[in-house]
Amino acid sequence: MTEILVLVDHVDGAVRKTTNELLTIARRLGEPSAVFIGSPSDDAVAALKGFGAEKVYVVDDAEVKGYLVAPKAEVLHQLVEKTSPGAVLISSNAEGKEIAGRLAVKTDSGLITDAVDVQEGPVTTQSVFAGSYTVQAKVTKGTPVITVKPNAATPEQAEGAGAVEQVAVTVSDAAKAAKIVASEPRKATGRPELTEAAIVVSGGRGTGGNFEPVEHFADALGAAVGASRAAVDSGWYPHSFQVGQTGKTVSPQLYVAAGISGAIQHRAGMQTSKTIVAINKDEEAPLFELVDFGVVGDLHAVLPAATEEVNKRKG
Amino acid sequence: MNIVVCVKYVPDATADRHFEDDNTVDRVGVDGLLSELDEYAVEQALQLKEKNEGTEVTVLTVGPEQAVDAIRKGLQMGADKGVHVVDDSIAGSDALATSLVLAEAIKKVDHDLVVCGMASTDGAMGVVPAMLAERLGLPQVTLGSVIEMQGKEVRIKRDGDTATEIIGGTAPLVLSVTDQSGEARYPSFKGIMAAKKKPVETWSLSDLGVDASQVGLSAAWSQVEDTAARPPRTQGEIVADEDGSGAKALAEFLASKKFI
Repeated sequence: MTEILVLVDHVDGAVRKTTNELLTIARRLGEPSAVFIGSPSDDAVAALKGFGAEKVYVVDDAEVKGYLVAPKAEVLHQLVEKTSPGAVLISSNAEGKEIAGRLAVKTDSGLITDAVDVQEGPVTTQSVFAGSYTVQAKVTKGTPVITVKPNAATPEQAEGAGAVEQVAVTVSDAAKAAKIVASEPRKATGRPELTEAAIVVSGGRGTGGNFEPVEHFADALGAAVGASRAAVDSGWYPHSFQVGQTGKTVSPQLYVAAGISGAIQHRAGMQTSKTIVAINKDEEAPLFELVDFGVVGDLHAVLPAATEEVNKRKG
Repeated sequence: MNIVVCVKYVPDATADRHFEDDNTVDRVGVDGLLSELDEYAVEQALQLKEKNEGTEVTVLTVGPEQAVDAIRKGLQMGADKGVHVVDDSIAGSDALATSLVLAEAIKKVDHDLVVCGMASTDGAMGVVPAMLAERLGLPQVTLGSVIEMQGKEVRIKRDGDTATEIIGGTAPLVLSVTDQSGEARYPSFKGIMAAKKKPVETWSLSDLGVDASQVGLSAAWSQVEDTAARPPRTQGEIVADEDGSGAKALAEFLASKKFI
């Protein structure tokens, strides 16, 4: 069986859920090999092994840390040369896509980004034009480089061999030309990560800047909080929580939009959610066209009452 | 200083975007325009021009004949000249081929900065700036929401997935900017009139020394096998909130779907 390289997405050693999804997908295509750039803890290796990693390539990050994107692409390039894998899978976030783009150029290989499903072939499924079309594609040259969106697969445990192999790589000076001068980790909110959450509750212009009802309702449901561009541009909520074309794309089981009218740019970021609910004072809001359930009313009245109702039912 | 801004002519996102029989995007039958996200790149280039006397801004695009409209818009906003790479064999190119053509065109223009938007509004891959940096061997300083330049030193604020970072590099480099970098200006009447006299060069692949067999649909590194319109969502129940009835109905709905 051919090896499938999976770039481990981790924050200071803590493996993110998307990596488990990638390993699950990799098992459909061949034998998963995790590529860990940094120093994994025993727990991290066990986690990768638990989702089917046959090998864990560990690359020291002394030459990688502190520089933007390019060194990671060089690391993967050298691993592709060494292992001739059947495909390389990378998380579809901003950095992951940039690494993938550079790797595709280096290896003269085809690139597919933002896959929402990957099956044997590998044949990918993507959601395009603001979620209005579904596209099936495959790579026809080189080693398929595929970036995969969160929630593209349900992580399934399967014990792999998890053989750790230290790999020495060289990073060129050219790759170290863009430096990370300073870094401030995002503050933990205690809520699920937006792109990974099963439920997302978002607020828009209709909040008038008061996100408390949105946050409380989210917490009652164990949901992540999102925001429309209008709310972000007004400075009411940080940009990292923006749902839409230029923010995060989410595809949760349940998406609740409170006080969001539903411009195409917002729809692009949430249209593929399984169930959609909207609360809006304006019964003409375009988002109502998409919803499974809608409440025409003031979110400042509806959400607190609904929060109480949910908490009561949870007992 | 010389700045090259890479822009894309895209089908209007509010129009009925669709695919051709060969699974490529219909770029002719749908109204097109300068990708909204590239307006931010033009804007940042113009702001740098205003701060650095003697700066020349070139707007570069690769696309069909009508794509010159995207260049025009950039010139109306205040850019100095345009370069349009147009060649029938480019149609159907993927990001790898597009970045190849752009890179070869950039090599023929003096450049201290190559500025891009964060992604196109049609393909939306967001990989071309990184690919350009790779192909040109230039530092990649991408996804900036705040851009500063002192001499040859560029610093940006990059709102990453897990951290906010300050990224620094020395020109020449590839810079990409997000829609958080600042509203793009509207062309003034004076700008629209002035743009009519600004030079736009048209180059073919042979001008760039790129072989036609390296680009286009047949040479693409990936292939779309099938496209299907997603069935429109059907509207579910809409209730009006009266004295708290909305909240109860909402909770009832969520419980029926087992979200509670």
